[in-house]
Amino acid sequence: MTGSPLIRALDRVSIPFLGLLAAIAIVVPVLNLAMSPLSAWYVPTYLVSLFGKYFCYALLALAIDLIWGYCGILSLGHGAFFALGGYAMGMYLMRQIGTRGVYADPILPDFMVFLNWPALPVYWYGFQHFAYAALMVVLVPGLLAFVFGWFAFRSRVTGVYLSIITQALTFALMLGFFRNNFGFGGNNGLTDFKDILGFNVQSDATRAALFAASVVALGIGFYLCRVIVRSKFGKVLIAIRDAEARTRFLGYRVESYKLLVFTVSACMAGIAGALYVPQVGIINPSEFAPANSIEAVIWVAVGGRGTLVGAVIGAILVNYAKTTFTSGALAPYWLFMLGGLFVAVTLLLPRGIVGGAQDPGIAQPRPAE
Amino acid sequence: MEPRTTSALLYLNGVTVSFDGFRALDNLSLAIEPGEMRAIIGPNGAGKTTKMDVVTGKTRPDGGEVYFDGTFDLTSLDETEIAELGVGRKFQKPTVFDSHSVENNLRLALKGDRRARKALSWRESEDERQRIDRLLETTQLGAVRDTIAGGLAHGQKQWLEIGMLLAQDPKLLLVDEPVAGMTDAETRQTVELLKEINRDRTLVVVEHDMAFVRELDVKVTVLHEGSVIAEGSIDQVSANERVIEVYLGR
Repeated sequence: MTGSPLIRALDRVSIPFLGLLAAIAIVVPVLNLAMSPLSAWYVPTYLVSLFGKYFCYALLALAIDLIWGYCGILSLGHGAFFALGGYAMGMYLMRQIGTRGVYADPILPDFMVFLNWPALPVYWYGFQHFAYAALMVVLVPGLLAFVFGWFAFRSRVTGVYLSIITQALTFALMLGFFRNNFGFGGNNGLTDFKDILGFNVQSDATRAALFAASVVALGIGFYLCRVIVRSKFGKVLIAIRDAEARTRFLGYRVESYKLLVFTVSACMAGIAGALYVPQVGIINPSEFAPANSIEAVIWVAVGGRGTLVGAVIGAILVNYAKTTFTSGALAPYWLFMLGGLFVAVTLLLPRGIVGGAQDPGIAQPRPAE
Repeated sequence: MEPRTTSALLYLNGVTVSFDGFRALDNLSLAIEPGEMRAIIGPNGAGKTTKMDVVTGKTRPDGGEVYFDGTFDLTSLDETEIAELGVGRKFQKPTVFDSHSVENNLRLALKGDRRARKALSWRESEDERQRIDRLLETTQLGAVRDTIAGGLAHGQKQWLEIGMLLAQDPKLLLVDEPVAGMTDAETRQTVELLKEINRDRTLVVVEHDMAFVRELDVKVTVLHEGSVIAEGSIDQVSANERVIEVYLGR
């Protein structure tokens, strides 16, 4: 427990993992852009976008693992923070369309013209600036998590009750965003994006750059989580997870710890959503669906909660399986497979794929001094 | 701050707690002097644990006064604030952090800044390292310092919890059934440990085991149905008619 927490986080788990991410962030775009499509080494653009999407999911899984695996907060509404980050990015992308929209209105997005809105609502102001939108990507989910957590954790809402109100939160947001008069495009959501920072969102180079940005964001998120869990703060989180009342009797303000980690986690989820939207080209209220949040929890359970690396692996594996199975003859049975997977992991691999192999977040061996 | 109203470190006056009409504590009054070690005994349901809950802020009394150090009204503070004042509690069932090592359990309990922000950038000082070493020595847990607490033997868990209590550097220790489930040898060692701790701290020990209480050789308070029925040395209280009646159910 000596040395700066920032350096302590770089250990024999983090360094190889971060190295791998760095290699992926560089090699995949190069193989996509520099190789001829005829070469055996060529990585097709659809794969780049597909995996870019998976890496965004992995960042969301990491955010869930941080609070669930280390602090025992089972959020079944983390998709809400992901979607809010996505909407903030979507609003920026909408404002970039300008006169290229169907109605060619320089200011109003198409859906507002269609609904005969006379002017841009105030809360859309500023979203034409990338920096402002980027700030909102972090600020809006963070603020919502802070306010929600402030009330929930102070009232000592824990366990299944907390999970239920997080579900209610995302469900309520979904109903809100479905409404046309909410001003976010109703059930169609936001789509038909043209450029991001002046680059065409459809081009190979932009897609490769978004892929690299997603991997880098995942790397930063992973490092941040490692810093948190390896610090004394992280040890207190585990203490809260295992014996909340005991931690309180030791004099720790449990609600402050929970509030801080919950807010950080929501900000990470928001960033994941913001990187996801330009890669899939749409954001609509179905992203708030409670089932999405539950699915994200399953990724973490499969990979191994309280391991961080497991969350990333779980998210990528389950989503790869989803893509594979939902595009073939087995498509109608995907949800059964997902449910079966969750049951199987819970019964046979309670610590997930990685948790079985490694000592999860639980006491680290003493560093050599 | 109000003027000091009593010389006692812990002062309970007329404390009443009811759960759905059941009076767990009924007009309970008790004063623990600084430096004292007090044993509290009583049959099941006498209110021993509820009394601990009231002092540590887990349960709010329906009536009565609870003062710590003569000035702090414990009925208006929560668990964290009371812990910060210097009241440490050991639970009946040993509750250590099972997935942390013995050393990290002590580290988390060590007195220091508990704020979330500070915990993020915290680095261990030389002084803290030495304090942990001393605690490991006192509780004879040095050999298992790197062991995950969940894997400790029952007696070791109890000592670890006592060690965590000491790490908080409390003025008052509330110890709930420290020898439950211990072997005779472990019980004797625990008596030594508690006497050692009592040299510079005030203790309240709740226990069922009369042999253990006799070995502690301190003033005893007998609770029954939420109030005090006898107080004095172990010999005095065991000769008390009312105590015999309660214990033997005559």
